[in-house]
Amino acid sequence: MTQILSLLQAAMVFGTVILFGAIGEIMTEKSGNLNLGVPGIMYLGGIAGLAGAFWYQTNVATPNAMIGLLIALVCALVAAGLGGLIYSFLTITLRANQNVTGLTLTIFGSGVANLFGGAMNKMAGGVGQISVGITSDAFRDTLPFLSNVGVFSGLGFMVYLAIILAFLASYFLNRTRKGLNLRAVGENPATADAAGINVTRYKYLSTCIGAAISGLGGLYYVMDYIKGTWSTDGGIEKLGWLAVALVIFARWKPIQAIWGSYLFGALFWLFLYIPGLTRSSQEIFKMLPYVVTIIVLIVVSLRKNRENQPPANLGMAYFREER
Amino acid sequence: MEGAKATVCMREITKTFGSTVANNCVCLDINKGEILSLLGENGSGKTTLMNMLSGIYYPDAGQIFVNGSEVSIRSPKDAFELGIGMIHQHFKLVDVLSAAENIILGMPGNGRLDMKVVNEKILNICSLYGFDVDPKQKIYDMSVSQKQTVEIVKVLYRGADILILDEPTAVLTPQETDKLFAVLRNMRNDGKAVVIITHKLHEVEELSDRVAVLRHGQYIGEMVTKDTNAAEMTNMMVGRTVSLNIARPEPKDPKPRIVVDGLTVRDIDGVKKLSNVSFAANSGEILGIAGISGCGQRELLESIAGLQLVESGSISYIDPETGKQVELIGKDPRTISTLGVALSFVPEDRLGMGLVGNMDLTDNMMLRSFRRGKSMFADRKSPRSLAERVVNELEVVTPGITTPVRRLSGGNVQKILVGREIACAPTVLMTAYAVRGLDINSSYTIYDLLNQQKEKGVAVIYVGEDLDVLLELCDRILILCGGEVSGIVPGRGANKREVGMMMTKLGGEAGK
Repeated sequence: MTQILSLLQAAMVFGTVILFGAIGEIMTEKSGNLNLGVPGIMYLGGIAGLAGAFWYQTNVATPNAMIGLLIALVCALVAAGLGGLIYSFLTITLRANQNVTGLTLTIFGSGVANLFGGAMNKMAGGVGQISVGITSDAFRDTLPFLSNVGVFSGLGFMVYLAIILAFLASYFLNRTRKGLNLRAVGENPATADAAGINVTRYKYLSTCIGAAISGLGGLYYVMDYIKGTWSTDGGIEKLGWLAVALVIFARWKPIQAIWGSYLFGALFWLFLYIPGLTRSSQEIFKMLPYVVTIIVLIVVSLRKNRENQPPANLGMAYFREER
Repeated sequence: MEGAKATVCMREITKTFGSTVANNCVCLDINKGEILSLLGENGSGKTTLMNMLSGIYYPDAGQIFVNGSEVSIRSPKDAFELGIGMIHQHFKLVDVLSAAENIILGMPGNGRLDMKVVNEKILNICSLYGFDVDPKQKIYDMSVSQKQTVEIVKVLYRGADILILDEPTAVLTPQETDKLFAVLRNMRNDGKAVVIITHKLHEVEELSDRVAVLRHGQYIGEMVTKDTNAAEMTNMMVGRTVSLNIARPEPKDPKPRIVVDGLTVRDIDGVKKLSNVSFAANSGEILGIAGISGCGQRELLESIAGLQLVESGSISYIDPETGKQVELIGKDPRTISTLGVALSFVPEDRLGMGLVGNMDLTDNMMLRSFRRGKSMFADRKSPRSLAERVVNELEVVTPGITTPVRRLSGGNVQKILVGREIACAPTVLMTAYAVRGLDINSSYTIYDLLNQQKEKGVAVIYVGEDLDVLLELCDRILILCGGEVSGIVPGRGANKREVGMMMTKLGGEAGK
């Protein structure tokens, strides 16, 4: 029983990282932009939040946890949003290839983050490990009314924020005019344009806002999972790719991404809970999330349901006067 | 000046794309309560001109006045605000959304969507003009004419009183066209201004009050429709006298060349595409195939060419010299084409089947001949001379034979495709949509080519969209309806309305 509880909790922690990444990427892809830079953007969000909190805690005599938390959130949102802006400028305004731009952004983001992470580890002095304990604790506090409810004790507020965001994104896409317009832009920009929708603005905004949401995943990983420190083990990148896979798994529906993300989180950690695995046989279990994604792709393709397909214009640039 | 009456005045409009001048100093007036036809060949700049009214393009020079005041239309949104709505030739609809969602796309209003209110308003508009639209139906479930209706409702929902339709009848059956024309007349009587872009003269005569002609991007003139006739309009459009009759020589000594018997074909999903189709195509004869798009024409041609898996039935080819019968089913496409069966299929995007866009003319000619010869090196000489011959004989406009086919205009691409197929000296020539989107001049070149082949004793199978052409060109017409043969009628003396009925209902009116 405790085994299952601890697997569930581990699944929700990793699931939340993936869920932020996936919600952001769903918003981006709904505008027809395939941003493969999610891992890099999550890195940017993580390092910016950490740097913000670190700067605040080292410059104030008695740091307030709440202010540290807010600074970290704002820094992460802005940095990740800027990552989205780089991507938007390259692919929307300059019409660069989306796949290449996205992959470059992933390399860029992880490079920048590890450079500054390493630098901060040095600046922290001591054992050479930065730590923003006060801010991190604020992130990791259990919500007061949930402290005694088994699986929920020990989960920070961002777990719930991710779920709320998923519902908000779903409401936005399916029940509002702007959401309808955004879906039209991703499906058929020429049509959206002819209907008087500002395609460029929708693409820019949804890509930047999507990137900012994805960046929260990196922040959550840094502040909650590794407790306000920095490590260069590439953990964020792994989860970032899982977020991209989850978008397909969830068939571009934010609410489906909620349980999908926890499933991915559980599959990710499953190897720890299966007795008698060697180092090499563990790897087979670590493959599971990707295998499940492939199976979902096959099933979805076989059923040929039009509603479950990716946005029709995903990955393509739009130029009005093209002949 | 008649500016008081005109709701839209375009003055000295010029638009260029790179080095091509699409519109050169064009002036045009659009009046309320009138249907104006904008007539011109392919590439004469009709669509470009109207796109500048609907905000898709922005003119390089010139002025546009709407209701007397000068306006600048920078985006489709500006156009809507001025009450201008355009129905594009390629529908601007999002497939996975419902009709209602498409109609309100991009409209201002409450942030939260209340589909009930929207649906009601749509049904109101529909009952006002006599449309039949289910607001909840998804676009991908709709027929072409339903999609077009959605487009028109979309424009009306936005309160447009200037409607522009770009070749609206290209995809409709005669009955659907009649319905559309009735609706357009309703709108005119309602005081709206209607512009219809077309190159079909009989539609101009039937529907419009006034006609304006463009040629090579220039405004040639305008006439009141009832004071003019088809010949005068064509002359203005083409710039010289053109005979509007398609030649139809009597078939010489027709003998069965291809005999199809009980052909049944299913697609990969198991849906029946052809069911029990039987007919014979004779030598020295043009057999037309009519039908609504997607009712089995493609599958039929592909079965004969060996590209389609056949469920049952037989297709036999009768050798013109020996008179021997050869069963084509089960043979691979290469064997069939060496027998002399040629297929030129012009899909909607023109390049999809038969030509490779990034390769030049010579290489595209080689696609047919690269297996010939014994050496391991391909022979490039004969395809090059063939390319030169096709360019000369068919008057293909190209910078040279080393230009990638993709860069040529649609009409020229089609000439190359048809030219190559004819050059293999076929005994059976199948063409599908050979004149798709071509202007009068190029179309007539293609008809002449087909007639030449017919006189050489080739069995020509012609799948076409334009019923008027089918009726004038073909010796016999096979009508398909939902994958079944609805009837075979002689081309001479066939009635358009009857054929139209047979396209929508098995056996036509008699089948009721």
